[in-house]
Amino acid sequence: MSPRRSLVLAVDPIACQGHGGCAELFPEGIRLDDWGYPILRPGPVPDELMAHARWAVSNCPALALRLEAPAAERRR
Amino acid sequence: MTGPGRAVPTLLLDQAGDDERLLAACPTDLAGHRRRHPRPPAPGRQPDPDLLDAIERSGLTGRGGAGFPTAQKLRAVGAARGPRVVVVNGAEGEPASGKDRVLLTHAPHLVLDGAVVAAAAVGAARVVVCVDRSQPEALAAIRTALAERAAESDGAAWQVAASPSRYVTGQSSAIVQWLGGGPAVPTGVHAHQRGVDGRPTLVQNVETLAHLALVASQGPAWFRSLGTVDEPGTTLVTVTGAVARPSVVEVALGSPVPDIIRRAGGSSEPLQALLIGGYFGTWVDARAGLQARYSRAGLAPLGAGPGAGVVIALPATACGVAETARVLAWFAGESAGQCGPCAFGLPALATAAAELARGAAGPAEVDRLRRWAGEIEGRGACRHPDGATALLRSALTVFAADVEAHAGGAPCAGSSRPPALRVPAPGEGWR
Repeated sequence: MSPRRSLVLAVDPIACQGHGGCAELFPEGIRLDDWGYPILRPGPVPDELMAHARWAVSNCPALALRLEAPAAERRR
Repeated sequence: MTGPGRAVPTLLLDQAGDDERLLAACPTDLAGHRRRHPRPPAPGRQPDPDLLDAIERSGLTGRGGAGFPTAQKLRAVGAARGPRVVVVNGAEGEPASGKDRVLLTHAPHLVLDGAVVAAAAVGAARVVVCVDRSQPEALAAIRTALAERAAESDGAAWQVAASPSRYVTGQSSAIVQWLGGGPAVPTGVHAHQRGVDGRPTLVQNVETLAHLALVASQGPAWFRSLGTVDEPGTTLVTVTGAVARPSVVEVALGSPVPDIIRRAGGSSEPLQALLIGGYFGTWVDARAGLQARYSRAGLAPLGAGPGAGVVIALPATACGVAETARVLAWFAGESAGQCGPCAFGLPALATAAAELARGAAGPAEVDRLRRWAGEIEGRGACRHPDGATALLRSALTVFAADVEAHAGGAPCAGSSRPPALRVPAPGEGWR
């Protein structure tokens, strides 16, 4: 079995409307600032929390939250 | 028609130094310019690898604020599938900076030569010159210069655009969106991938382009003969505040900061701090700043950098807390309002800083300001909010004694004096 690719959370700050649902669905990785916008915990999402992270991503009403490869891997 | 007021209405052009390249006395008409500067290579459809190599060897970096290696940026655009576009970025949104408009007015053909060089390097035929619409002299100089060049047929298809006077207009994705008929606000899309009309686009600051013209005509070794090994060449600096002659000066990178102040006539009163890099910059203690050298490496130990090429001298009689609060209010007003942390965070920072300035905020509010600064930073689509938080954080450090006095309910005497830093009037629209 190949090792699972590590993923980090990312938010499109223009698309994000501050609904705040993500922090409720995935409090281990997301908290809200004083104005209701998400502050993401840096670094890869641990495997055991990945299901929660995906749940938060798929429930973002603005489609602003995503899981992606770490920046270092995305640059050629 | 003139736009909102500028922070630096009148600037002298200082040509008394030994390092003038861009600001060297030169006729502004094309015939006079051509007696000193050869015609740049005509752009072709493909990138010019030899030219790119020469630019890389020169070590030129962007002079618009980010300091990115120019050759690397050109290569990224050249590597994308054509047709490509070059945008001359004369938006100069930094309110404390006047170097770009001075350069556009004083040496329009040098800037345009540089744009042709850039077009040849990346393989672009179309060049769009964007100038802040509140700068009629710079716009007129460029229009006159382009009319003169029509007979020269330099191989570029030119267009002039008078861009909105807003801080974030100069951000490359914002200028691209505005040129496409949209609002001049950042989109987060990389111009080199998807720029003007969806074409790969080079957005380059006017000063960088003027240097590029000289790199092409004089060669990389000549370019490196001034400046430091790691940071070669000269750079333009707008020097304002408590100096005898507010000026735009040209200095070799690595020059002592006191030399820069001296070139602007020296300080006009005792100084307490310098704001280096612009409003999108960093406060440094005057004593430390006056012992530093003007380069990335020289200013890094102070947490500062050349940024957009600005040094503002803050007199000892001014209140750094009140000055910072006013600039933060300007930052908040210049937010494009697209990203929550910027749209809501910057007004909150500005309000809390203003309360601190008038002695209406205590230590708990100062702690909250620090927390907000840390939380807002890095969370916008562009770096506008980061400018505000960096300025605030440096103010809380450099003016720590004043901050403490204000938080104790006793604002310093300087907080009631007239502003030392000029803040532009609220901006116009985004189109």
